[in-house]
Amino acid sequence: MLYRHGTTPVHRLPPQVKIVALLVFVLSVVVMPREAFWAYALAGCLLVGVMILAELPAGFVARRMIVEVPILVFALLLPFFGQGETTEVIGLTLSVEGLWGAWTILAKATLGVAASIIVSATTTIPDLLRGLDRIRVPRVLTAIAGFMVRYLDIVAGEFSRRRVAMAARGYEPRWLWQNGPLAQSAGSLFIRSFERGERVHQAMVARGFTGRMPVFGDRPATTREWWIGLSVSLAAVVLAVLSLTVLR
Amino acid sequence: MSEPSLEVVDLSFAYPDGRQALRNVDLHVHHGERVALLGPNGAGKTTLLLHLNGILRPASGEVRVAGLVVSDDSALEVRRRVGLVFQDPDDQLFMPTVGEDVAFGPANFGVEGEELEARVAEALSAVSMLEARERAPHHLSYGERRRVAIATVLAMRPEILVLDEPTSNLDPASRRELIDVLRGLPITQLIVTHDLPFALELCARALVIDDGVIVAEDTTVEILTDELLMKTHRLELPYRFDPRQQLSS
Repeated sequence: MLYRHGTTPVHRLPPQVKIVALLVFVLSVVVMPREAFWAYALAGCLLVGVMILAELPAGFVARRMIVEVPILVFALLLPFFGQGETTEVIGLTLSVEGLWGAWTILAKATLGVAASIIVSATTTIPDLLRGLDRIRVPRVLTAIAGFMVRYLDIVAGEFSRRRVAMAARGYEPRWLWQNGPLAQSAGSLFIRSFERGERVHQAMVARGFTGRMPVFGDRPATTREWWIGLSVSLAAVVLAVLSLTVLR
Repeated sequence: MSEPSLEVVDLSFAYPDGRQALRNVDLHVHHGERVALLGPNGAGKTTLLLHLNGILRPASGEVRVAGLVVSDDSALEVRRRVGLVFQDPDDQLFMPTVGEDVAFGPANFGVEGEELEARVAEALSAVSMLEARERAPHHLSYGERRRVAIATVLAMRPEILVLDEPTSNLDPASRRELIDVLRGLPITQLIVTHDLPFALELCARALVIDDGVIVAEDTTVEILTDELLMKTHRLELPYRFDPRQQLSS
């Protein structure tokens, strides 16, 4: 999964601190003006510092960054289709606005994705859910997310067993229009999952569930932990403020 | 004798589609006893279990747990007293970690803090799964999940443990571990099973249910050696298995 086991100070921070720190960091990067290259570079350095502190190998983070690719493809198309003033770069006519657009998407998305990867690699999913509970995300939403994490493997396993069973009887879909049986099987999988949901509910009721999920392992973060956890994000806020005011 | 841990009196139940699942069922389990409930598929075993802690309510008759009649008002307390372990551990283990799953029951009954921690540790130790506390249920083997499922109800300190097909899908070694765990638990148990050697090994007394009716009640060895009864109710021992010889050896 996303988590990489460790015992670094970053791993040990309470999850709610990391979630808030991530939000503050992303917001500061989002408001940085596009001309402030130095601010982006420094924000990047901050992240590299946290990665080193969290003992995350560069290759590990780089592989996770693949999720960003679709956004980058979109960003790279902008200079070709942008409107207005154009400029010539190695024989290509590119839109100036498009180039700026591509740059901002590239910089902001990369920093945001990298920060999210650091948080998810240093926080287990149960901890993330607890952190979300702690910052008052509605319990219903965190409970749904928790059930999804718990049962995703089981449903996926069931689906792949069906594919194997179909393949064992000579069904090898190649083209989209041959996918009918697979789609039908997804339908019956939905029914099965629904029935499982009923059984899980019975099991919950049998242990005294009355509609409210209990929360465990939850502890408030100390003021010190908040300061440590937010230090990097506050540095990013300073960068954003500087880049918007004096150093503009 | 003292008040039975579990007493079912003249219980009948029909599903909404009209199918009569249980007819005039009477059964009792005394404190400290381990009783087997045997019967073929579709005999009404699971339906009966769902009555024991008030998930289903009888059309007529009643269920008493340590003297407390199951009703809307008593359902919550009954659920604390009856620890129901479902057949599929994936239905029973729904929390992100093993420890949280075990804590779910007692937390619903208001246990918290250090007391809750102690309960979780105690229940997991009872099934030799303490080291799995921080792990995710889907990363455990099937046999381990089955044992954790038992711990989730033990943590409520129930009056009686009710198990639905505890040996299904277990490999022989996991089955043996389970037998050792159940034997070591100092708690009243009602075990629903098809696994007849398992019933013989653990339970002195057994009941046979078929088509919603309790058709026999005796010592386990008497039931397993009654060939006509066994044949009539689709129960079959493993090849060349002799219950009397097993007990004497």
